[in-house]
Amino acid sequence: MTYTYIGKDRRRVEDPRLLVGRGGYIADLGVPGMLHAAILRSPLPHAWIRSIDATEALRLPGVVAVLTGEDCKARMNPCMSFGPATITQYPLAVDKVRYVGEAVAAVVAESRYLAEDGVDLLKADYEELPPVTDPMAAMEPGSALLHEEHGSNIGYERTFEFGDVTAAFAGADLIVEDTLRWGRSAGMPLETTGAVAQPGFNGVLEIYCNSLNFSYFVFLIAATLRIPSNKLTLRPVPAGGSFGSKLAAHKVPTLAGFLALQTGRPVSYVEDRIDHLENSDHHGCDRIYEARMGFRADGTIVGLDIDVVDDYGAYMQFGVGHHGNAFSQVVGPYRFRDVRYRLRAVVTDKCQQGAYRGFGSEVHNWVLERLVDEGAARLGLAPEEIRRRNFIQPDQFPYKIPGGNLYDSGDYPAVLDKALSMIDLDRWRAEQRRLREEEGRHIGIGLATTQERSVFSATEFWFLLEKPTFPLTSSPESATVTIDPTGQFQLLLHCQSMWGNSPETVGATLLAEEFGIPPESVNVRYADSAHALPGTGPGGSRYTAMVAGAIRGASRKLRQKLVHIAAHTLEVAPEDLELVDARVQVRAAPETGLTIAELAATAYFFALGLPEGMTSGLEESFTYDHPYTTLPAPDGSDLGVFYPIMGHACHIAVLEVDPDTGMVSFLDYVAVHDAGTIVNPKSLGGHVTGGATQGIGTTLYEELAYDADGRFRSSTFRDYLIPTAVEAPAFRIGHVQTPSPFTEYGIKGGGEGGRMVAPAAVSAALDDALREYGMRVRQLPVKPWEIVATVQAGRTAQGWV
Amino acid sequence: MTTLSAARYGTTRRTVTVRVNGRDVTRAVSTRITLADFLRDELDLVSVHLGCEHGECGCCTVLFDGHSVRSCLMLAVQADGHAVETVESLSVDPAKLHPIQECFAEEQGLQCGFCTPAMLLRTKEIIETGRELTDAEVRHEISGILCRCTGYQNIVNAVQSAGARLRGRAAGGRDP
Repeated sequence: MTYTYIGKDRRRVEDPRLLVGRGGYIADLGVPGMLHAAILRSPLPHAWIRSIDATEALRLPGVVAVLTGEDCKARMNPCMSFGPATITQYPLAVDKVRYVGEAVAAVVAESRYLAEDGVDLLKADYEELPPVTDPMAAMEPGSALLHEEHGSNIGYERTFEFGDVTAAFAGADLIVEDTLRWGRSAGMPLETTGAVAQPGFNGVLEIYCNSLNFSYFVFLIAATLRIPSNKLTLRPVPAGGSFGSKLAAHKVPTLAGFLALQTGRPVSYVEDRIDHLENSDHHGCDRIYEARMGFRADGTIVGLDIDVVDDYGAYMQFGVGHHGNAFSQVVGPYRFRDVRYRLRAVVTDKCQQGAYRGFGSEVHNWVLERLVDEGAARLGLAPEEIRRRNFIQPDQFPYKIPGGNLYDSGDYPAVLDKALSMIDLDRWRAEQRRLREEEGRHIGIGLATTQERSVFSATEFWFLLEKPTFPLTSSPESATVTIDPTGQFQLLLHCQSMWGNSPETVGATLLAEEFGIPPESVNVRYADSAHALPGTGPGGSRYTAMVAGAIRGASRKLRQKLVHIAAHTLEVAPEDLELVDARVQVRAAPETGLTIAELAATAYFFALGLPEGMTSGLEESFTYDHPYTTLPAPDGSDLGVFYPIMGHACHIAVLEVDPDTGMVSFLDYVAVHDAGTIVNPKSLGGHVTGGATQGIGTTLYEELAYDADGRFRSSTFRDYLIPTAVEAPAFRIGHVQTPSPFTEYGIKGGGEGGRMVAPAAVSAALDDALREYGMRVRQLPVKPWEIVATVQAGRTAQGWV
Repeated sequence: MTTLSAARYGTTRRTVTVRVNGRDVTRAVSTRITLADFLRDELDLVSVHLGCEHGECGCCTVLFDGHSVRSCLMLAVQADGHAVETVESLSVDPAKLHPIQECFAEEQGLQCGFCTPAMLLRTKEIIETGRELTDAEVRHEISGILCRCTGYQNIVNAVQSAGARLRGRAAGGRDP
């Protein structure tokens, strides 16, 4: 299929306003009479709240109100949650605090400065409880409890088995076994989460927020605030990055709404960086694995056995959806059929887990690739060779994996071959040997692959539960296309506003393709929740594929209307007409036709010139449901098809390690991705490099660290280290395009793959660089001093003095 | 109480004159307001973005007498008698971008736009040194500003492309 606009490196339509500093972020928004809120955060990991004395704070001129968990308990319902009903949460802690940084009170004042002054004057009194920080100890019967009503610190426990792992392992020539730990990091966008809430016309509460997914779930926030759902309007505001952290963040808009309702005034609450680091909704995964993989002597993988303990922190807002993501690609790109997966989700005195680019599938991929690499090393196979031997082949699609999900299409050998040819592996391996022998330098080459599941179905919100209370199956996306009376195009998106992705560029490009108009001429807007059609928003690499379906559906209806007006006006049959370059023309006589502008004028102004039964105007909406999903089996033996639009990637990292300092620097980095049909290759490349850099951060630098006493050690950007331009490699990007047979235009998602594979590639490269010292990455992030310790231990073992 | 809080919370004000984007601005400012908040809240220069407010992310970078500073770590009163440039000094018209902004658009050296004003100003400062830089040197020069979206590759490309274009112009070369 050849396209005019799709697949070209075009400038983004979002960029001009961003380049002049008018991004329209939440902190830029001012409302007349607006007050500002600041929060008091808990200094303790686990304690009863005895009292909060606001006397002095309320005496400070400019302070309007102080609200605490007591007010929440009395005047609002618990926040929305996909977790156990006995684990409840409010935006301000009720009765007890469960992690350092949890909000216990909010001060509302005439300026942010005064609100923070007010926070300084609050006096909170606590009764300390034993901190619960080690998830393994938290599961012991004698452990202190976070949620007394829940009765245990285990929020979820279940074992899934697809196939017969015991039988598969009985036939294995080699079983590799490892304890692997994935440390806690987070999306950590440079803009925090914020909301402005104002009591509006007719008793409606309006909340402007830079986090708003799931337009069809807004009623949940209304329920929390105890107002009728038709009296709440959420207005999407552009975000300065998300990476998961702005996926349905609930505390911030709920708190702003509550404060506005209680004061009767507009209130802005924008997290500061410390709030975001300590108290966001979205710390990333934090897991301990006991993992085993079986192999035959020729490298064939025969099975996978996983026992994972996931440290969810204090609350479980998103349930255990992170593991549904692992099940979507549980065998990776490999053919083995037998999988056992035991999951225990544990609550501890840490900030809650939410979403971070990969949503758990990135962790599973790292574990899978760690085991494959160990198997390859033990069997004497090259990393690329063991993968090649196990790949699902291009002629095997659509391919149903153990557990029930389906892979729609792919060509994994082609992606691997492209990555190998771009990196020139033989040359690097020769150079690695030369540099080690001649200059004593330690170069490592790491190769890893990943599946990149995209376009989730809502069944994954509940299918891991034995008794789901709300077995939702909808995850739609909508678009409204309007041609105005002069022929200009408006595109209305029913989702969270731009957060660094390119929804406007995608929409404008697709409309250009459908109607032959210049993409730059399209104006894109975002619907507020009062006007929104069903939408799920960006997340799980779904938006481009899903909105493309919605835009194409609306465009078809609009094209048909244009053609029928033209047929009526020109007195020809509709089937003899075609739409080319913003003009409907007679196929056999292209010089006869009408422009979209001419047809628009007729549609709006000359009702008597329209075909009988047609009404005025040129606006069409379309709601696109998930293109391919099936119901899970009630007994959990098959989870159904829920994440079938399957991308793939291969990264090869070449890095150098300084064995004396543990510092890592990149010499080369190739990333090849297959995200189906690409709308804008440069934009996709940007997501790959951005995601991969976050994956490098997860592997080497970033950690939301709690010590054994539950103190938080990462409260600033001086402690939480985001890679700078110096740490990030000079990337080289390659694309392979295997169109999806299920989506419009064949688009697949591509937003998360970079982060889903980089940790595995970098871990492999570190092992490779320091193989002579027995290096094996088992825990992320890998700290410089751990590298140095491994080198020193290795040298001691080799008899160095 | 009022006197106490005035002393404790700095409600005293002082008149300052700051040259902002080429024009003198005189205002009575709170002695404790940061330069960043002064630019954002009192002058509506909302391109100055606050990412951390503790001097690590660099998103609030402005040019202060031509040199990049973190405006969250300065008080407005410290700017009295000095010149401050924000990205509005390049162009405020999305249809008529400055060449540096053009190069960022062409190379897609941005995604969410939050670090972008800081990156643009830093790029201007780097280019004005007149020195041609390697990619590795560019990376070092922009390492004081975090970007969480791009992985920096497209920013490096944009800085290099803007440098070539503006140096070419300064040297009387052809504008590519």
